[in-house]
Amino acid sequence: MSKKGIETLVGLFVLLGLAGLVFLSLKAANLASFGQRDSYVVTAKFDNIGGLKPRAPVRSAGVTVGRVKKIALDGSTYQGLVTLEIDKDVTFPRDSSAKILTSGLLGDQYVGLEPGAEEKPLAAGDVITMTQSAVVLENLISQFLFNKAADQSNEGTK
Amino acid sequence: MIAIARLGARTLDVLRGFGRAAWFFADLVRNVPGALRRLPLVVSQVYAIGNLSLVIILASGLAVGFVLALQMYYALVPYGATESLGLIVNLSLVRELGPVVAALLFAGRAGTSLTAEIGLMKAGEQLAAMEMMAVDPRARVLAPRFIGGVVSMPLLAALFSTIGILGAYVVAVGLIGVDAGNFWGLMQDRVDVWRDVGNGIVKSFVFGVICTAVALYQGYETQATPEGVAYATTRTVVISSLCVLGMDFVLTALMFSTP
Repeated sequence: MSKKGIETLVGLFVLLGLAGLVFLSLKAANLASFGQRDSYVVTAKFDNIGGLKPRAPVRSAGVTVGRVKKIALDGSTYQGLVTLEIDKDVTFPRDSSAKILTSGLLGDQYVGLEPGAEEKPLAAGDVITMTQSAVVLENLISQFLFNKAADQSNEGTK
Repeated sequence: MIAIARLGARTLDVLRGFGRAAWFFADLVRNVPGALRRLPLVVSQVYAIGNLSLVIILASGLAVGFVLALQMYYALVPYGATESLGLIVNLSLVRELGPVVAALLFAGRAGTSLTAEIGLMKAGEQLAAMEMMAVDPRARVLAPRFIGGVVSMPLLAALFSTIGILGAYVVAVGLIGVDAGNFWGLMQDRVDVWRDVGNGIVKSFVFGVICTAVALYQGYETQATPEGVAYATTRTVVISSLCVLGMDFVLTALMFSTP
């Protein structure tokens, strides 16, 4: 084959490979949807974060408005310190509350933001103080068993 | 006593082999910048290694995508989680199957032809003739092939994953009737460009280096006989495959062990 022909074919091969890479990052991954957009960072303290993971979605009214950026332990209060990245286009009142919720019965955990009533919006670096921890199934079950046992011992003394 | 001496000799042989391979690899890498200046040689090698491997890579990727979609659907139906089909296929292709299977095919398709070519060149004393003409065969013959392999492998792996995902899309959305929005949406939600796609590319790059270097080394060190070339070709496939599988585990442990 002529030299030009081979060069053209190699060029086509490289283009095809790059097109595959672009497809993988744009259509089959999240380069377009998140990460490049401007966002601001707020933190929230939870007594128990359950199974929350970094990059979990932050949702308000079911709409994804951001991502969990980082999870750490606050050394002074022994609470989970969750850093949230929220889309710049969305503002929330300052007294908004955060909950850790589960999508479906066995689904992944995410942070739900419930807007408050104050007029001042949340700004970058603010701390959300009103939070509701993740529901830990073991705690629920032990509570249930504890109540059951208490009921039974009450019946016994009657 | 003789047994101990034999054990010692074997150990030294193995170590010497490692040493020779390491020197060979260092030489190969040292010759890369020089070979990049002779671009036409590299281009014709990308054609021989990359373009000519396209058919087998694309066909296998499509087949793997089809089969993954069918089998995963079967496994996911009881949990009512068939929307995650796209996500599972995507993650398994991009993270593991794309780089690994493409590298195994690459070792079989391109690695063997490299070994046989270099081995026959050596058997025909072409490499020695080059040295006589003060042309370093490592710079003229080996380095362009090395670059060709290292460039082609990530592109082939990316194409393998791409065509696999498209194949899974055809089966899942076209045949089974999974919702197309969910198929793509969950993928975009949960697959990270740097963590998943990026690490897959890093993997395929490493595999490209391994497969090409092993193939060239086996060809270069072959016994200059027909049996020697046949033996070297077999060793290329066996050694590259084992190295790729072993290295895959190490890379996966490094890349994905932390959440």
